[in-house]
Amino acid sequence: MPATLNEHIVTSYEDELIDLNKSISEMGGMVEQAITEGAMALLKLDHVQAQNVRTFDAQIDQMQQRINDSVVSIIARRQPMAADLRMVVTAIQVANDLERTGDMAKQLAKRTLQLENLGLAPKFYNGVKHMKDLVSRQLQAALDAYLTRDSKAAVEVCNHDDEIDAIYNSLFRELLTYMMEDPRNITQCTHLLFCAKSLERVGDHATNIAEAAYYLETGRHLGADEQQRAPR
Amino acid sequence: MDATLGMAKTTETAGAPLIQSEINHATPVRARDVVVHYGTKQALFGVSIDIPERSVTAFIGPSGCGKSTFLRCINRMNDTIVGCKVTGKIELEGADIYDPSLDVVELRARVGMVFQKPNPFPKSIYDNVAYGPKIHGLAQSKSALDEIVHSSLRKAGLWNEVKDRLNEPGTGLSGGQQQRLCIARAIAVGPEVILMDEPCSALDPIATAIVEELIDELRENYTIVIVTHSMQQAARVSQKTAFFHLGKLIEEGKTEDIFTNPKHKQTQDYITGRIG
Repeated sequence: MPATLNEHIVTSYEDELIDLNKSISEMGGMVEQAITEGAMALLKLDHVQAQNVRTFDAQIDQMQQRINDSVVSIIARRQPMAADLRMVVTAIQVANDLERTGDMAKQLAKRTLQLENLGLAPKFYNGVKHMKDLVSRQLQAALDAYLTRDSKAAVEVCNHDDEIDAIYNSLFRELLTYMMEDPRNITQCTHLLFCAKSLERVGDHATNIAEAAYYLETGRHLGADEQQRAPR
Repeated sequence: MDATLGMAKTTETAGAPLIQSEINHATPVRARDVVVHYGTKQALFGVSIDIPERSVTAFIGPSGCGKSTFLRCINRMNDTIVGCKVTGKIELEGADIYDPSLDVVELRARVGMVFQKPNPFPKSIYDNVAYGPKIHGLAQSKSALDEIVHSSLRKAGLWNEVKDRLNEPGTGLSGGQQQRLCIARAIAVGPEVILMDEPCSALDPIATAIVEELIDELRENYTIVIVTHSMQQAARVSQKTAFFHLGKLIEEGKTEDIFTNPKHKQTQDYITGRIG
């Protein structure tokens, strides 16, 4: 289906769909910011920033509710069809994945508050930092694919998810090594391991968003179009 | 008559190889390159479609797109319009319905029709339903005729509402009941195909829901083709949907595919309410 559609005859309907897209974009921006700041708080053990991320999560939750309410209202009043139907249905999915991603940012903030009295050696968190960069890139790419209805970019995002899994596995082994070297590292490294797990989940949510983007644009599920994906 | 038809079809299916019957759903109506002119104005441009057996096929499209014109070709209702010329081929169970030797009255018994506005005869409820079987000589006795009338009213879901007043005029019923009476009248002559031209557009939502429920029940025994302006109705009641635009069949396919992921931009624009 071509990405450029004509406008609806009913302009208020057109406006509602545009607003919905804007809301997803806005929520995506909020969540990207939460992940970035949550990770920064963790790496710098910044108490204030961590608290900010925790309170910011409530705004993300509100945004999700607003999106869900808009979708319910559009379905009830407009009975969307075809590409419009796919848009409102995927909007709920994407808002849900973004809300969960926001929760992961909150997890990073919570761990920061627990780690702040323990201190962190830079060598412990280098891997986490690297992972955070990759995850943020994936999240951003997935959101871009969704907002621009770019199914090719969506497939790219899905094909890169393996990299996050690989980094997570290597980070797991690395942190395990530090723990074995010196049992006094166990507490910090365990916290970091949980943080790495949270980031790995953000990667999964990014993949979900990319899959929604693919469905939105093509009307097909990426799982069914497996040949589109790179061989593993 | 229905029972024998049904049995004959069951045996046929049972005899066919399994794969065959799964893939080739029987198509009692097959149209090929149907072109219709009203005088010099061309209304249909080479429409070809297969109508699957015992399912509901919906024709959708903007006003003047030719969907009703095509529907009316299937039981030669267009014959009655002066200056209307139909070319191409429409087959019912393999036989050309435009064959000059074909009895049009018999064709219209096999392919019944229900119209937009309920149009019961100005006769009693009983006579409305009994009229067709009588002129086609389908009942040999009064009791046989009674049985046809009763079972048709039951199949049309109207029996419980009218059983105590069969002699009252059909025109005294509510709009929804009148429409179901018209469906009972169509069923009474044992058709194979029922054509419905916007059967619910004059009905309120409750009467519409009752007729839609009826359509869903009827498709167990009949092949139904429905023209509707309500996209939601097409989505609710049909298994196959065909989209017409400016006299051309643009797209046909499984209803769920048409409404979630149409292949053509024109279809998408129409069903989503965009200017095409």
